[in-house]
Parts: sequence; structure tokens; C-alpha cells
Amino acid sequence: MAPSDNSFIVAAVAVAASAPAVPSAQPAELGPVLPLRAFPLVAVVLTGLVVAIAGNWAWALTFYHVVGGALWTSIDLFVGFVIGPILRMLPVPARVEFTKRFMPKMLVLMPTLVTMTLGAGFQLARQSGHLSTSDPRHAWVVASMGVVGVMAVVALALLSPANLAVVFELRKPQPDPVVIAGLMRRFVYAAAVTGAMQVATFVIMTRLAS
Amino acid sequence: MNRRLPPVTQLGAASMAFVAAGVIYVAAYLPKRAPLGVAVACLACAAALLLVNALLLARTRDFAFWRFFQVMRWGTLAYFVVAGMLEYTFLYDHTHGAVLAIMTGMLVLFMVNVPLLMAFTVARFQDPVEG
Repeated sequence: MAPSDNSFIVAAVAVAASAPAVPSAQPAELGPVLPLRAFPLVAVVLTGLVVAIAGNWAWALTFYHVVGGALWTSIDLFVGFVIGPILRMLPVPARVEFTKRFMPKMLVLMPTLVTMTLGAGFQLARQSGHLSTSDPRHAWVVASMGVVGVMAVVALALLSPANLAVVFELRKPQPDPVVIAGLMRRFVYAAAVTGAMQVATFVIMTRLAS
Repeated sequence: MNRRLPPVTQLGAASMAFVAAGVIYVAAYLPKRAPLGVAVACLACAAALLLVNALLLARTRDFAFWRFFQVMRWGTLAYFVVAGMLEYTFLYDHTHGAVLAIMTGMLVLFMVNVPLLMAFTVARFQDPVEG
């Protein structure tokens, strides 16, 4: 799994949770932590990725890499700069209800997109020869690996665990605002790092493609 | 919920950073074989940090282990699938010998570290007593 950045959503919910007591649904009303109905679709997408890699199918690899990368980046930016500010303007119960339904879906969607992008991207780099140390653009590929490495560590060690912790906290009958505010602080710092990394990714990928 | 807990997240992140550094170092030399000293050192450091993390966690009292193991089980299942796919790509790309052993070791550490960090972060905010 991999980087997913829902920092603005969590920040908005943290503000919401800091407000006076928010009634929360009972766990029985909430259902499974993750949207199980999405799993077959994820399985189809990942199976397609394996087939594309196994067949070294250039079009499919490019499709997976471009579509996955475009959705990954677009969703990150859309959530951060469109959904986040809208959420902050909503009434507190609406924010909490939105986030309860939104975060579990993001926990399934974003890792799938990241796996598509990185899996297909590595194979494309291998096919195109950019992975070879003799390739003039090899340094850019290594730089992209470094960027992805930093994003992966930040996302997997800080963002994703905090996402999941927020989901579990919001499932409690009385979510603790102090806990959610603490998780928000972690998000603010982590989001700054991943945001900078996204910009670096744009620079590297456009250099590689031009 | 202000229990004093060991620095599992920090140690786990450091372990992951060593894994990432080792993988990037090896991958940067492809298709040639990288000198393995640095990669082995990264693997050893990452493994040592994971071991320390596990020991610190095992000594922790007043912790929601019931929730920890619940999240750890499902997380490990998910990351087993991811790690399996990555291992498949290594084999498919004819990675073999010491490089394959090191990459597989890194993969195992990745597969354990991520669910551990998720499980710890969730469990630290849960009631130690189930229910």
C-alpha cells in the first residue's frame, strides 16, 4: 500500500471533533470498517496490473501508470483544495457524517491507485531503458525513486495509520476530540512533506516524458 | 488515553526508511548488480529496529492488544498480498541469488512494519479492556 493524503479532511474533522459533544452512530449502524463491496473491483484492477506486467504490454502499462498517477494526484489535490475547504464550512455533524463515509473509501481507493501507478511505472522504466545506469535519464529515475521512498515512508508510517485511527475513533459512541486533534497535528506536518514531494514528482515525470 | 507508550511509530518509520533506502540503492544499479554491502547494512538496521520495536511492544502494559492484533491480522493479510505481488515482479525480472534474498528480506520487513504501525496507532487510542 501506499501514500494517501487526506490531511485536509482530517483537519476539518479535527476541528469538528473539537466542538461540543457530537452524537455518533453506534458501531452496529456503521457496518464494516472498509467498504467490502469495492474489493472485487480492486481485485480486478490489480489482476489487470499483474497481467499487464506479465505480458509486458506497453499500452496497458502506460494506461495503468498514467491513469493511476493522474487519479492519485488529482484526488489528492481535489480533496485538499476543494473538499477540505467545503467541509470546513459545513455544520459539525455533517462533517463527521461525511468523513465517516469518506475515509473508509479512501483507505481502499488510494492504495489501489498508488499500486497501479508505481507497479506499472517501474515496469515502464525497465522497458524504456531508463532503469539502466547507462541511460542519460537514469538519474531522474533514481530521483523519482527517492521521492517515492520519502512519500511511502511518510504515508505508510504516519498518514495511513492516522487515517485508520481516525476511522476507529469516529466509530466510538463518543469520539475523543483530543485524540483526533493529536492525529491532526501529525497530518499537518506529514502533509507538508508529501505536498512538496508531489511537486517534485511533477518536475521529474515531465522531465522524463519530454 | 495519555498512557506512556514506547516510540513504536518513530522506530517503525526509521525501519521503513532503511528498507526504502536499501531498495532504492539496489534498484539504482539495475540491471547491473549493486555492491551489496550498503543494502545488507540497511537490511540489518531495519531488522534490528523492528526487533527492538517488537520487544518494546511486548513489554508494554495497559495497552489494547485485542485491537492491536485485530488490526495487525487484517493488515498483514492485505500486505501479504501486496508483498506477494512485489515478490512476483522480482522473480519475473529474473532477480536471483543474494539480491533476491536481500530484496525478499526487505519485503518481509515492509510486510510486517506497515501493519504493525497501523495496528499500534489504532490500538493506542483504544480502551485496553475489550468491549
